Amino acid sequence: MKIINEMKIQFMSKSVNESFARTAVSAFVTQLDPTINEIADIRTAVSEAVTNCVVHAYRGTIGTIDICVRILEDNEVYIKIRDRGCGIPDIKQAMEPLFTTAADEERAGLGFAVMESFMDKLSVRSKLGSGTTIIMRKKLTSCGD
Amino acid sequence: MSVKLIVGSEKITAILSGEIDHHSAKGIREKIDTAILENHPQELILNFSQVSFMDSSGIGLVIGRFKVMQGVDGKIAIEGASQQISKVMRLSGIDRLATIKS
Repeated sequence: MKIINEMKIQFMSKSVNESFARTAVSAFVTQLDPTINEIADIRTAVSEAVTNCVVHAYRGTIGTIDICVRILEDNEVYIKIRDRGCGIPDIKQAMEPLFTTAADEERAGLGFAVMESFMDKLSVRSKLGSGTTIIMRKKLTSCGD
Repeated sequence: MSVKLIVGSEKITAILSGEIDHHSAKGIREKIDTAILENHPQELILNFSQVSFMDSSGIGLVIGRFKVMQGVDGKIAIEGASQQISKVMRLSGIDRLATIKS
């Protein structure tokens, strides 16, 4: 798939950066002239993914989070979010709605469910001890150049 | 993210404003819980009309307050949720725990 535009950011896994990450990604995607609902979906999905890195991947420690956003042909947005944290032992279980390992911190266990339902595609790759990469894609209905 | 509490004799209304995420939810949790435990209201109303963004951390916030209200034999209601917030709430099935007012 042809890459029309691309941006990359790297930041520390501090919870205050959850807001920075979703804002930065949505600012980049704005060039596609998305609808309010499309941008809200993307902001929410990015927020969930970055929160997973902060809460789970780097639990109690600080590491780096990398985000790569691409604009592909046909108004498709590609978002890759990568951490070098602990990894997910059982991806299938982690993706089950309401499954959480942090219930006492009031985590609802809905992060992946939100990403799946708000974006068109979600893929998760993870290796224990080396980290997790998620890729999300969404085709926008907009027709901005 | 901030919360304004209107404490009545039987109900507490928590007017939330700003963006609710994992980072911001921490602080408002304690404020609301302190008011619940001091006043033992029959109902807690969470008003989202001034919330511009919410991810699933907001669901954790609602479920957590539901449990605290259960502890004082009270109920919980949600009002003023935008389209984006309602979408996250629907996904969670939270409407089974809380009354959702328009």
